[in-house]
Amino acid sequence: MANILEVKNLSIDFKTYAGDVHAIRDVSFELKKGETLAIVGESGSGKSVTVRSIMGLLASNAQVKGGTVKYHGDDLLKKPEKEMNQIRGNEISMIFQDPMTSLDPTMPIGKQVAEPLLIHKAMNKEDAMKRALTVLDLVGIPNAKERMKDYPHQFSGGQRQRIVIAIAIVDYPQVLIADEPTTALDVTVQAQIIDLMKELQRKIETSIIFITHDLGVVAGIADRVAVMYAGKIIEYGLVDEIFYQPKHPYTWGLLNSMPTLDTAGKLEAIPGTPPDLLDPPKGDAFAPRNPYALQIDTEEMPPFFEVSKTHYAATWLLHPDAPQVEPPAAIKTLMAKYDEVAPQKVGQTDGKG
Amino acid sequence: MTKYLIKRICYLVLTLFIVASVTFFMMKLMPGTPYTNQEKLSADQLRIMNEQYGLNKPILEQYWIYIVGLLHGDFGTSFQFNNQPVLGLIMSRLAPSLQIGAQAMILGSGLGILLGAVAAIRKNTWVDGVATFFSILGISIPNFVLAVLLQFFLAFKLQMFPIALWDGFSSSILPTLALAVAPLANTARFMRTEMVDVLSSDYIELAKAKGNSRWQTVAKHALRNSMIPVVTIIGPMAVNLMTGSLVVENIFSIPGIGEQFVKSIMTNDYPTIMGLTIFYSFLLMVIILVVDILYGIIDPRIRLSEKGAN
Repeated sequence: MANILEVKNLSIDFKTYAGDVHAIRDVSFELKKGETLAIVGESGSGKSVTVRSIMGLLASNAQVKGGTVKYHGDDLLKKPEKEMNQIRGNEISMIFQDPMTSLDPTMPIGKQVAEPLLIHKAMNKEDAMKRALTVLDLVGIPNAKERMKDYPHQFSGGQRQRIVIAIAIVDYPQVLIADEPTTALDVTVQAQIIDLMKELQRKIETSIIFITHDLGVVAGIADRVAVMYAGKIIEYGLVDEIFYQPKHPYTWGLLNSMPTLDTAGKLEAIPGTPPDLLDPPKGDAFAPRNPYALQIDTEEMPPFFEVSKTHYAATWLLHPDAPQVEPPAAIKTLMAKYDEVAPQKVGQTDGKG
Repeated sequence: MTKYLIKRICYLVLTLFIVASVTFFMMKLMPGTPYTNQEKLSADQLRIMNEQYGLNKPILEQYWIYIVGLLHGDFGTSFQFNNQPVLGLIMSRLAPSLQIGAQAMILGSGLGILLGAVAAIRKNTWVDGVATFFSILGISIPNFVLAVLLQFFLAFKLQMFPIALWDGFSSSILPTLALAVAPLANTARFMRTEMVDVLSSDYIELAKAKGNSRWQTVAKHALRNSMIPVVTIIGPMAVNLMTGSLVVENIFSIPGIGEQFVKSIMTNDYPTIMGLTIFYSFLLMVIILVVDILYGIIDPRIRLSEKGAN
């Protein structure tokens, strides 16, 4: 499977009055053609910053300290603004988190959907509007033809997110970045939007980077998952490997705090708060909150240990000399299910690419 | 929309009536009489003249006569200007005032929007600093001070423009400049604040993500959205221009309506005071109506709620 996008050793700082915040610390991942990669992590873990750097839409106080973002072999971080404008909304587009504020309140939605076509394709207004209508139909806006002239405030939240998605896919992008596209929606609409995205992915053959903090959503859409914590990826692998064979204690904590049908009584939470990235810890950033932390966790950053050809985790627990630890009970239950669920599912994922 | 307009016009007429009534009685409270050398007039002469102008009747009756006349479109005749009809007097003096007012308005708000937008786009740079400095200066300096300064430097010292009087477009430039500075500064300040807000909003981010360049984003998405609140201050600004023009017209000796207003108050020229007050109020309310309609055109959300209200 060819890599369409490769992020290597990306580091990004934010200049603030208090000093430099090291928001992204040595992040690497790749996106294969046609796959969906989910980036999971709590607020402030650097998910959004990572994808914004791909789009070249970083805040003005952000500074790329190092690394490359290669798209078809070209480093996007080195491209001049003019060339980035041609890529944005054309080859790589983005779906934003909040549908209530992402649409221009004073422009009819038809025009907003057609806009990327007018910018990027040498298309006349009429054809662009026609294509916009097709896409609005595709994302499931009822009576799209009559509603092209309506304004955003005349649509519901779910419909607005469909319109935002329509804008993102109208140019049939090769990479679609979805930054928590379902977070602002209620659960039933969430499911519809996820289904829609899966269907669209099949139709326009795009690769998706899906950012979320909701593991339930990840299970529904992702082929592969990268877990981020304090500006670093700490574990990545196929979706079943992350869900049923997690290795990093932080991933355990995340999965453990996800409510399931079997959850009885109190919901588990990870104690403590993420570290201050003004001055990131020397070792594993999760160590202070980690009940399984070893001495070395506070002293040295763990490298990635290979779990399988597709699964890596950055925790000293995987070192041959590390003591054997028992993961939480809920995780053990998940692990037990791996054998029955995974082999056939992993096969499916491979087949897709 | 038609229904809305009719409603607004009914309110307008009602408001005008109230303005006319209140002004009428307040005007009668002013000391003095319309006659220039009152102390030399004998009691008989006064009586005859009062009778001639209908000033001997009880105030309520005078009020009634005036209102009835008004309903017939009769604003009465001026005391001071050789018994000319007030309406004709206003019309003949209207052109210069309207011209400099409109020029100042267009120049001021247009440049203000531009300046504010540029300041917002270049936020926290020297451009922003310079724009903010001049905005504050423009708001702080009264237009009559500016008028005198312009007159002295540009007209007297450099002889670029006529010093005063009303003779073609060139003599309208200095008063226009003097009047335009305050609305310019105000619009610029408003526009900057609003635009900074708009530029950090999600839909601007989305516009950039579509591949719009910085200027395309501003032109297509930021400008219109930033102008919504700016439109609201255009009404009050027009009022300021109208009242402010009294002094500026005087400084440049422009035979405008403002100058006439001042004169008519000084001489207790009752019909002219009344006529001008009603006329000013009318102009003001029309401006507010236009602003409201403009508001709906710029912001579709307002348009809809209007539809809903009817």
